[in-house]
Amino acid sequence: MSASSTAPRHDPAYNFAFLDEQTKRMIRRAILKAIAIPGYQVPFASREMPMPYGWGTGGVQVTAAILGPDDRLKVIDQGADDTTNAVSIREFFRRTAGVETTERTDKATIIQTRHRIPEMALRDDQVLVYQVPIPEPLRFLEPRETETRTMHALKEYGLMHVKLYEDIAMHGHIATTYAYPVKVAGRYITDPSPTPKFDNPKMNRMPALQLFGAGREKRIYAIPPYTDVVSLDFEDHPFTVQKWDQPCDLCGAEDTFLDEMLTDDQGGRLFICSDSDHCNRRQTAGHHGSMTQDAAE
Amino acid sequence: MTSLAPSMGFANPVFDSQQCFRAIMDAMARPGHILPLDGIAEPPAPLGPVAAAVAITLFDQDTPVWLDQSLAESPAVCGWLAFHSGARVIADFANARFAVVADPAQLPPITLFAVGSDRYPDRSTTLVLQVTALNDHGPRLTGPGIAGSARLGFEPLPPNFWDEITHNYALFPRGVDVILAGPQCLAALPRSTLAEAV
Repeated sequence: MSASSTAPRHDPAYNFAFLDEQTKRMIRRAILKAIAIPGYQVPFASREMPMPYGWGTGGVQVTAAILGPDDRLKVIDQGADDTTNAVSIREFFRRTAGVETTERTDKATIIQTRHRIPEMALRDDQVLVYQVPIPEPLRFLEPRETETRTMHALKEYGLMHVKLYEDIAMHGHIATTYAYPVKVAGRYITDPSPTPKFDNPKMNRMPALQLFGAGREKRIYAIPPYTDVVSLDFEDHPFTVQKWDQPCDLCGAEDTFLDEMLTDDQGGRLFICSDSDHCNRRQTAGHHGSMTQDAAE
Repeated sequence: MTSLAPSMGFANPVFDSQQCFRAIMDAMARPGHILPLDGIAEPPAPLGPVAAAVAITLFDQDTPVWLDQSLAESPAVCGWLAFHSGARVIADFANARFAVVADPAQLPPITLFAVGSDRYPDRSTTLVLQVTALNDHGPRLTGPGIAGSARLGFEPLPPNFWDEITHNYALFPRGVDVILAGPQCLAALPRSTLAEAV
């Protein structure tokens, strides 16, 4: 057995991908149990990472444990490749693992994400790694870990439906717009991390393996490929995703998640795709929005 | 004079164990898929090349390991595992994090291994079963990780194996996960997979 590249391309002051081998083995064992029990949060001995909690320490540890020298890594933060969190994590792995990085969704073998799923459909040879702040979907309803663990064990999820019902009673509709709870493979209620509910349908039967890492809360969970992921709802209040009454101002897309950007203090604003790679590629392919149309004319 | 030094493990532990882990992870995420893996060049008999690679990829001082009689009675195997992984070999299979079985006839009923609890279903044994052939002639598999259905068979088959897998499935979320270590290949049967005779 031999690796394709033995000459280190990474900073030799670090072990490959930063973590020591014993830590990687511990995380790898947790990942295997997480895959075998879809949606169940496996406790793991999360390490201190050279970045603060909340910056994706869980996702970084999962990525470090699975990453190999032949992988091509993409990191996104709220859909964008060029924001601080994404840039610093990409640089972290370029330095400690020497891996190739990319902004192209279709070229990546591992995509680490904070709070979005790429617009482009993922393939079965890709792995999506989520950074998760609070892995326990029941945590804001029941603060005690002993109780939420028992609720998962007994599949006692009535409280979550009460919460969604109270949304309807107060607002007339289910007002949860991100971290919208899902049921994985008909068993565990799972937090999809703070992705907008717009992305929930993409999780259902996704061909790519989805891994979730919560560093501060020390949990890893997974959704295997082609697994049923159902967003919770009621018969008379079915799950729906956000819609915008205008297309992207840069690429004209009508089916993507849009961010609102303020452009001045006179009320000027733009709505643009949050997935920067998707938006750029559409523009390169000749699609225009209202902003780029003006520039072209 | 025979050498007492254990034979070689991974030529490059960091990269080879990563490559081996990705094969195990892909197999666990896609039950029924048979993934290629070379394994260890010269493991001590009767430990197979792929089972040996899986062992030193996943075992360490934190994972008590149970070995079947054919492996446990081999000082070379125990010495090799101790040297390359540091894992403790224990006699009580109900407390093992991993179990390695080289002779399928010696496989205990699999749900007698640790199956975890309803609160902590992850505290369960992962069984590494050495097989001489993996194929798609076995039962029909459905469940997470499988688009539609898949089929997986292997030889030699331990007595009552598929019945026990069905029982194991019924325990979900508790249960044992199985890694099938074949010749230069591996496959996996996580507890979430339903196996039905065709």
